[in-house]
Amino acid sequence: MKKISIAAYLAVKEIWKFRGRFLLVSLVIGLITLLVLFIAALGEGLGNGNREYLSKLAGELVVYQAKSDFLIPASRLDLNRYSEIKNVEGISDVGLLGTANSQLLLSGDDKFLKTALLGVEPGHVGEPKVIEGSQLSAADADEVILDRNVILRSSIQLGDTITIRVTQGTEDQIFTLKVVGITDGQQYALQPALFVPFFTWDRIRPKSQAEINFSDPVANVFIVKVDQPENVEIIRDRIEEEIANVETATRKEAIQALPGYSAQQSTLNTQGGFTLFIGILVIGGFFQIQVLQKISQIGVLKAIGSANSVVAWASIIQITMITIIGVAIGTGLTFLFSLSFPPQVPIVFNGTTTAIAIIALLLIGPLGGLVSIRYAVRIEPLKALGLSS
Amino acid sequence: MTTMNALETKSVIKTYQSDSGLISAVDDVSLTVASGEFVALVGPSGSGKTTMLSILAALLKPTSGQVLIDGVDLSGLDDFKRVNLRREKIGFTFQANNLVPYLSAVENVELMLRLNNKLDKAGKLRARELLARLGLGERLNNYPGQMSGGQQQRVAIARALIHNPSLVLADEPTASLDTERAYQVVETFAGLIHEQNRAGIMVTHDLRMCEFVDRVLIMKDGKLTQILDDRADIRKLSSARN
Repeated sequence: MKKISIAAYLAVKEIWKFRGRFLLVSLVIGLITLLVLFIAALGEGLGNGNREYLSKLAGELVVYQAKSDFLIPASRLDLNRYSEIKNVEGISDVGLLGTANSQLLLSGDDKFLKTALLGVEPGHVGEPKVIEGSQLSAADADEVILDRNVILRSSIQLGDTITIRVTQGTEDQIFTLKVVGITDGQQYALQPALFVPFFTWDRIRPKSQAEINFSDPVANVFIVKVDQPENVEIIRDRIEEEIANVETATRKEAIQALPGYSAQQSTLNTQGGFTLFIGILVIGGFFQIQVLQKISQIGVLKAIGSANSVVAWASIIQITMITIIGVAIGTGLTFLFSLSFPPQVPIVFNGTTTAIAIIALLLIGPLGGLVSIRYAVRIEPLKALGLSS
Repeated sequence: MTTMNALETKSVIKTYQSDSGLISAVDDVSLTVASGEFVALVGPSGSGKTTMLSILAALLKPTSGQVLIDGVDLSGLDDFKRVNLRREKIGFTFQANNLVPYLSAVENVELMLRLNNKLDKAGKLRARELLARLGLGERLNNYPGQMSGGQQQRVAIARALIHNPSLVLADEPTASLDTERAYQVVETFAGLIHEQNRAGIMVTHDLRMCEFVDRVLIMKDGKLTQILDDRADIRKLSSARN
């Protein structure tokens, strides 16, 4: 204990005396923190834009056409299988999901917003809960629930009538829908989402010439909610056994299989990892140079009777303090920057992700300093006399 | 009761293996220094005086022979006990980079007490008094970078004495000082060693500084070749041009 208090005394005195030098390193760590937190927030934001709708689903399972590789746009499921799956034991609810894209025309000039056009079944799993207004009323009503992100990026309000433009065959078609509800963030495929009743969706979605005359609606996937969430795996096997030509994914698997999702996340994670690695090198380099400059000084400290543990603890305390100050500066900077970002920028500060990044940042100090601490401990007190054994 | 010497060495030998064979840096040196005695260890460079000092300081283990500080045989001590012995029984001043640059003059002196877990009110007062006696009463809160070489050396002297060590070792205390300051520093040093009854050893290549010591040990090629303890002989040595 006594040794640690002497070490702390020396560490703090040195930092204070050379505060300019130490502050500079803290600032560098602060900038690294800023970068790491922003990469993490960007990963969270982009990932969120991709998976938001799926991750907020009340259902546990997603049913695809067999061999679709869990790709929602590649999967086609007809309504016969929909009636079959409803009878599988242990399932409490099934909802249809159809996905497509549409252009939402904004008032005034030719401006439009690219949106995901999702067909869901009113009153069933898959239809998001509104935070304002009401749910969809009927399976073929000309109604729409808007993702909050649509509101943020346009002047549309609850009760308005919106116009969307889609291509059917070779013609551009215009449809109007009444905004009955607004839901929280529900982006899909990095686009804000419009939720319409499934049969309305089938009518207004973009179609090829061949599809126009095809009367049986086809969904992409089914969303399944089970009676008892702990039985998910059993139900999953049961669905694949009882229904022909389907495969099922858990919500997590469905998210991982979203086009580009894992590639995007692993790219950003690699960037974050590399930035942390650079941080380790910066701290390691700085403290190593410090120790090299202080060889005779550390030799004197040891010669007059400071134990190795005092020297080691002083280094550990210094490195930890500098890292904590740097991370605090960086976190503050990140917070200030985050206030100035418009909603279009996919940056989301999520508590858990940020906390993990901060812990990783706090660890880079001690990790980077290991080499210099080892070096300091090995300096011989004989160096005080300009000798070495 | 026999009077115990603060420092005693018996047939100390230190050899190094080099490319050209075995080199004896210190060759069969036996000496004693009593409490209250200030001796100079002199000799040309390469004579082994710094190696000898390192051995006396428990920083280097001799190849053979015995070193006793306050009657304690160093060869029986492990590294941990050597650190403790240096901290409690020995005071040091070094040629360069003597002081901790981020501690003020008084903090540098107090550091010895702090390390020995003896930093109380009385200790703080003694540190200030000692610095004042060394003419640094106005410089207590100055950092080493703000002081001259002579002032830094005097702070180092205070640090070497503050914890009441048995043995005080000084490595070239005047190396970076001009003649006048060098005389002042060594004179004060000698005065304090006598007054506080410590055993003091000063390694120096500057023979003029021998004027203030009680005995001069002259080393050459690792051997202790001559011991001057006659006042007249010492005066003759220190006044010779070198």
